[in-house]
Amino acid sequence: MLRKEFIQLRRDRLTFAMLIGVPIMQLVLFGYAINSDPKHLPTAVVPLDSSPLVRSIVRAAQNTDYFEFVEVGTENEAERLIARGDVQFALVFPSDFTERLLRGESPAMAVYADATDPAATGTAVSALQKLPQVALRNDLRGPLARLAPDREPFQVIVHKRYNPEGLTNYNVVPGLMGVILTMTLVMMTAMGMTRERERGTLENLLATPVRPVEVMIGKIVPYVIIGYLQVLIVFSAARLLFEVPMFGNFGVLSAAIVLFIVATLGVGFTFSTVARSQMQSMQMTMFFFLPNILLSGFMFPFRGMPRWAQWIGEALPLTHFLRIVRGVMLKGAGLVDVLPQTWPISLFILVVAVIGLKRYRQTLD
Amino acid sequence: MSADNAIDVRGLTKAFDGRTVVDHIDLVVPRGEVCGFLGPNGSGKTTTIRMLCGLLEVDAGEGTCLGYDIRREARRIKLKVGYMTQRFGLYEDLSIAENLDFTARVYRLDRRQERVAAALERLGLTSRQKQLAGTLSGGWKQRLALAACLLHEPELLLLDEPTAGVDPKARRDFWREIHALASAGVTVLVSTHYMDEAERCHRLVYISYGKMLAAGTSTEVVEKAGLRTWAVHGPQLEAVLEQVESNGWMAVPFGNSLHISGDRGGDFPRWLAEHNPGLARAVHIEPIPTGLEDVFIALTQDARDTVS
Repeated sequence: MLRKEFIQLRRDRLTFAMLIGVPIMQLVLFGYAINSDPKHLPTAVVPLDSSPLVRSIVRAAQNTDYFEFVEVGTENEAERLIARGDVQFALVFPSDFTERLLRGESPAMAVYADATDPAATGTAVSALQKLPQVALRNDLRGPLARLAPDREPFQVIVHKRYNPEGLTNYNVVPGLMGVILTMTLVMMTAMGMTRERERGTLENLLATPVRPVEVMIGKIVPYVIIGYLQVLIVFSAARLLFEVPMFGNFGVLSAAIVLFIVATLGVGFTFSTVARSQMQSMQMTMFFFLPNILLSGFMFPFRGMPRWAQWIGEALPLTHFLRIVRGVMLKGAGLVDVLPQTWPISLFILVVAVIGLKRYRQTLD
Repeated sequence: MSADNAIDVRGLTKAFDGRTVVDHIDLVVPRGEVCGFLGPNGSGKTTTIRMLCGLLEVDAGEGTCLGYDIRREARRIKLKVGYMTQRFGLYEDLSIAENLDFTARVYRLDRRQERVAAALERLGLTSRQKQLAGTLSGGWKQRLALAACLLHEPELLLLDEPTAGVDPKARRDFWREIHALASAGVTVLVSTHYMDEAERCHRLVYISYGKMLAAGTSTEVVEKAGLRTWAVHGPQLEAVLEQVESNGWMAVPFGNSLHISGDRGGDFPRWLAEHNPGLARAVHIEPIPTGLEDVFIALTQDARDTVS
């Protein structure tokens, strides 16, 4: 019995590859790619007042390693960058900041944080809050030393945008929509062709004049509808049970969902043209699912990952879909804001569809 | 190229992983004929049929099926060919009517409901049309599969061991329908292991190890094989079998008798009398006409000898 199992295992090379590949992938992803304490977060600075003191504060913030700064001219501009998700934070120094600081009035600098993912912002915000004690230690010497005493020379006021209470639900539940779609739809379609093969109906089907595109569309459309139902369930649960806000337009969200569902089903169809059995389809689905859940920004902050992991993440449709869903629901992002995220998904669909149709055999060879 | 031939292919060859499964087969079947396709298991019958209807790519060879090039016009061929697979190829979790309806839609047939209803009527399954196909018995599955591949009124039927595992009564009905179709002008290529079925065909093709060994009407095939056959009766058939084996004679046990075949120059009774006079006296030997089965076993044995 034992011998037989080993012989069969050796024959099924894909299973064997999965058994070795999955642990390696997990090691790499968990070991290197995942970081729940993301650093170098893109941050906009609006130095309406750009005195040497302000620059010192910015430099001190930079030294915490949590921020990568870009300078923008106006507060509105910074807000737009946050809304689009281009930056995680914006620091705004009012124009009379230095003046009031010198007068010892302890002025406030404003920090706007994109709190859609509380995990990504948490530690960085606390680093910012320590700034007043340390930032100006070297500057406030000599004649200015009197400003440095027990009272803090300036204040940091943090505005958490989109998720002021820092609820993880807000981030996770909309994300679940994408994860559930990926899991179920890839699996269902991946089994599509292999089921025909295993039941012996494939030969009969191929003997008919049915076209590959007809087969592909026929196999995919039912699951588009099922996927949509799943979305409605998650969406209702998000609204009713978890009270996740919906600031955006449902039409925009729906369009994005259809796009994402098609991408997901394309992957499944392609898998089913490669896999020889339903078992193999399942394994391929798992192999696809793992990086999706870990590298898309669903479980761990996207910006915390090393460059190479981000590149992989950018290739996955789930990454872009998550940005769209969170953007639309939590930030009220409109069509224009989400458009940049739709191109990578469209490209992905194109690539996958071409591979799938190329791999689809009209013969039994 | 002749439009009178439903199948006209030359040098058909197919290899899987370097193993040649079909080796330069020439096959000509005139329209309206029933051609029996015979050969032992693994001889390449299914592979040949699959190449004819575009299910497998052809490695070498050329030809036409219903006047269409088998390499380039697979789609057109599929529209006019009905192919019945060896394994039941319809959906077991669809009902009888749903299976027929699906097939009709895939072929984009007009008057779909009418055709499906007519097919159900012919099958005698109108009352059971909602039954799932998976719950049908072997014989009914076979009839349903045939009905499905006749829906689009094909000009050529390719049947891959359609009667395997079907009882004699159902087989007889099946062949009656095949002949009815043939007289209506449909060409039929049917692979089988049954000799009685082979004798019902207008012509036969016999392949073994991917090579075509004989072709023609059953009398032609028997004639061309050039065999003489004797039936041996008596108590010691097992001993006779041992004696003749590996001595160039073909021996086939048939219950109470043993058929011995040899090429036309041979004379079995004399040979046995020379080699084992005691045994020759103990059994009764009579010459009989050579049957198809004797020929095919001889052919297979020859082919195996050449291969090994």
